[in-house]
Amino acid sequence: MALQSLDIERRSATTTPSPSVREPMKVAKLIDISKCIGCKACQAACMEWNDVRDSIGICEGVYDNPMDLSADSWTVMRFSEVEPEPGKLEWLIRKDGCMHCADPGCLKACPSPGAIVQYANGIVDFHEGNCIGCGYCITGCPFNVPRLSKKDNKAYKCTLCSDRVAVGMEPACIKSCPTGALLFGSKDDMTRHAEKRITDLKARGFENAGLYDPKGVGGTHVMYVLQHADKPQLYHGLPKDPQISPLVSLWKGMAKPIMGIGLGLVALAGFFHYVTAGPNEANETEEDEKEEQ
Amino acid sequence: MQLTRRQFFKVCTAGLGSSSIAAMGFAPEMALAEIREFKLLRTTETRNTCPYCSVSCGLLMYSIGDKAKNVKSEIIHIEGDPDHPVNRGTLCPKGAGLLDFVHSPNRLKYPEYRAAGAKEWKRISWEEAFSRIARHVKDDRDKNFVAKNAEGATVNRWLTTGFLAASASSNESGYLTHKIVRSLGILGFDNQARV
Repeated sequence: MALQSLDIERRSATTTPSPSVREPMKVAKLIDISKCIGCKACQAACMEWNDVRDSIGICEGVYDNPMDLSADSWTVMRFSEVEPEPGKLEWLIRKDGCMHCADPGCLKACPSPGAIVQYANGIVDFHEGNCIGCGYCITGCPFNVPRLSKKDNKAYKCTLCSDRVAVGMEPACIKSCPTGALLFGSKDDMTRHAEKRITDLKARGFENAGLYDPKGVGGTHVMYVLQHADKPQLYHGLPKDPQISPLVSLWKGMAKPIMGIGLGLVALAGFFHYVTAGPNEANETEEDEKEEQ
Repeated sequence: MQLTRRQFFKVCTAGLGSSSIAAMGFAPEMALAEIREFKLLRTTETRNTCPYCSVSCGLLMYSIGDKAKNVKSEIIHIEGDPDHPVNRGTLCPKGAGLLDFVHSPNRLKYPEYRAAGAKEWKRISWEEAFSRIARHVKDDRDKNFVAKNAEGATVNRWLTTGFLAASASSNESGYLTHKIVRSLGILGFDNQARV
């Protein structure tokens, strides 16, 4: 199956190389915001397929429901009333959730071996069995997506329905979408489809329409068609140029070899001290003297 | 092999040390590609129609249980039917959440009757329900049927009773419903089409 996801590309806190003979197709989810009506069928389908049910909340006076992502709500619709130009109100609806970055900050930050994996097709998946609940993935994520569950203190997020994709099916949200705002396929196909949509949107007066596939995280496997690609912040604060936090990059990047060298030097110094100076030995007379004092 | 007390301690310490290092994650683990088990593998796929509104989207309902004598089947997943011309696999949020509708503890599964002035609903049999409805229809129609209006023109209407029909009906059952209702003379007639 072309979309199969059973090869691992990267694995958190692991240095052993992954098998890489096969090169499966990179997959992507395309969210066409200009077609979304905010019906939340994707939210319901996601909960149903993944067997998670969020608690029933309260109405906050806006359409957002629930108000934020949670360990039980892996995707939520974000509703923004904005005026890109004075007097021109627009109601922008963005399906929020994991972006499945090609260079995932969560995976980089994760200290537990195998708790976060990236499949060769681009899906970033959490294996809660290996999760130690430290929450570093939340710090590492440039989109603020993973959430710790209060029930088991483990981190959860969208899996891009890796279980469905592995058997050649589209994710649950994609299947349910009644307007066709959600599409799933190879990243190349989705990029091509997005280009057509962008040409159409430009012809309809959205001069700044474009594809959101930020390079700061190596591109994403969940992409948006935006009417205002020059101002992604309009879409409920979608970051214009998302980057992995410099602290995570420093701690998991440069600091690691330096610490390794330091640890090696200490061991080496200890060894040479043992060889040259030898262990500190006390004879019986000295001990007796100390005891008498 | 002769081991002195001191050597024995050394061997034990070395063993404890190396196993602790392995336990702390210094030994590489197997990189297994595991996903959540695909939950529809041994399920039965049944086609049906969404009961919510008159759009009548096609559904695929997946149930577990192999229908053996000691096994009770249960629906575990519902999604859109891609072969259905109406929705072609898609669903609205209500349809996408149908699984909880099927398993809801508040779901009405049998006829209930609340007598005038009573507070409690009482479970009755289908037979009893049909008989009661037929009795009421007959009595009310006999009492309130208008064959001719004040000017003597034939109108054959029955205005004291209305009829609310189902939403997800086929053309054929819709035709029959219409025929029955209109032949009784009912004018107040609607389908549950906008829930």
